[in-house]
Amino acid sequence: MNAKQKDKLATVVLYLIAGIIVLILASLLGYILVQGLPHVSWHFLTSPARAFAAGGGIGIQLFNSFYLLLLAMLISVPISLGAGIYLAEYAKANRLTDVIRTAIEILSSLPSVVVGLFGFLVFVLQFHFGFSILSGALALTMFNLPLLTRNIEDSLRQVDFAQREAGLALGLSRWETVIHVVIPEALPGIITGMILGAGRVFGEAAALIYTAGQSAPALNFADWNPLNIASPLNVFRPAETLAVHIWKINSEGIQPDAAAVSAGASAVLILAVLLFNVLARFLGRRLYKKMTAE
Amino acid sequence: MQNYSLTDTFIRPFDQGQEIALATSALKVFYDDHEALHGVSLPFERYKITALIGASGSGKSTFLRSLNRMNDTIEGTRVTGSIMYRGVDINSKQVDVYEMRKHIGMVFQRPNPFAKSIYDNITFAPRRFGEHNKEKLDQLVEQSLKDAALWDQVKDDLHQSGLALSGGQQQRLCIARAIAMKPDILLLDEPASALDPISTSTVEDTLLQLKDHYTIIIVTHNMQQAARISDYTAFFYSGTAIEYDETRKIFTRPKIKATEDYVSGHFG
Repeated sequence: MNAKQKDKLATVVLYLIAGIIVLILASLLGYILVQGLPHVSWHFLTSPARAFAAGGGIGIQLFNSFYLLLLAMLISVPISLGAGIYLAEYAKANRLTDVIRTAIEILSSLPSVVVGLFGFLVFVLQFHFGFSILSGALALTMFNLPLLTRNIEDSLRQVDFAQREAGLALGLSRWETVIHVVIPEALPGIITGMILGAGRVFGEAAALIYTAGQSAPALNFADWNPLNIASPLNVFRPAETLAVHIWKINSEGIQPDAAAVSAGASAVLILAVLLFNVLARFLGRRLYKKMTAE
Repeated sequence: MQNYSLTDTFIRPFDQGQEIALATSALKVFYDDHEALHGVSLPFERYKITALIGASGSGKSTFLRSLNRMNDTIEGTRVTGSIMYRGVDINSKQVDVYEMRKHIGMVFQRPNPFAKSIYDNITFAPRRFGEHNKEKLDQLVEQSLKDAALWDQVKDDLHQSGLALSGGQQQRLCIARAIAMKPDILLLDEPASALDPISTSTVEDTLLQLKDHYTIIIVTHNMQQAARISDYTAFFYSGTAIEYDETRKIFTRPKIKATEDYVSGHFG
């Protein structure tokens, strides 16, 4: 076989491998959507779940998922921004930095169920937060933090060193250069990473089962005082999310229509995650275009 | 290539009447334990263009980057010796580096405009330092771009991204950005090396114009360029300033053998 034929063969094999990946994704998506979408209706999306009777929805779970996501991002974004900026811009190449980097790497490789159990011991029991949104958000933060930090550090590093020199040579301090020159340029990458992280957090179940809990008490959507227990904004109420709901229905659901609810919920979940991914790509590209050549 | 003596040097003395904008004394630069610059002492006359020439790795860029302490940003770099500017040693620890760099601007080898509009590229730093008067900023943009010979080409789309310009235009934008700070001294590190001949000659014209108001120190590997635009030339070899004299003399009657061989193209 000569070089040209070898190249052709390699091309075919690589195409095949890429095709297999697309096929797996497409069949997975197709199956879930075909099974689930027929059950999705406005009623299904807005009404509360039912434990024993058919006809329950996922309204509260859906809200919980978004609320938990919002809180988790509110906590983890500032921390990871700080850590990312430190690692990319300020950290010297020494032992301390190595230790921090290793810690982040290990944290990111922890199985999410371990993070969940740790959250249970620390936030739920030790801090007396109980099964609550707050416990869940903190567990998700631990789960999310290393990935966000890595993403922010990488995005900052991708900004040309010449840009930093340009800022410094004009008499700007290092901090001003980071804030006004480097971060704006890294923003598309940072936003993309955050949205992708949000997608992962949105679909996370194992870290939440023992922290945010597996029950979704009825909420009064007319009550926006975060101190009331029935208020959707209350952070100390237990909050089963969509992903946890799916897990629960499939493991111990006794509703007559459990299979249908599970299928519908899965379709909604996967659509939401898909939406996050599309949004990440779209926004990232838009931002980048806007920043570089209007 | 033969080895030349590093002690056989000629540094031109300056008269009392000549105003010195910046002078280094025994400037050494270390990268970790490696001594990259072996004690360079050069004065730079005000409102003149001084060219630093020499082969790659001769230390000319390292020297230039020390003058506004850009080497500070590279980990493991140490600079000893003094850099006298207006009676202050700006190489000392007490000096406010950021303040100093407002007076000693720099243009880099690769054009590095910010990922911002042309207008913002120029006004960004002045605004950071407290200038918010729209009229004054507009004026500053126009003047800086005119000085950098870019105004006519971009005056109608000042709000397009600086990155959308051609390489030569980007470099002139960087020059405009630097002079918008109204520095005393402008350091240029091979500003034309990434440009085509036409852009290069535009940049050179720009520099000749700027000479009336700025002291310019330029690193170049292009000897014709040094000969065309500079008043003084320093020849660097192996981390040492070998010869420093009027440009005319360096290129016609160099006193040191190494300089002669370099400018006549025997090595480099």
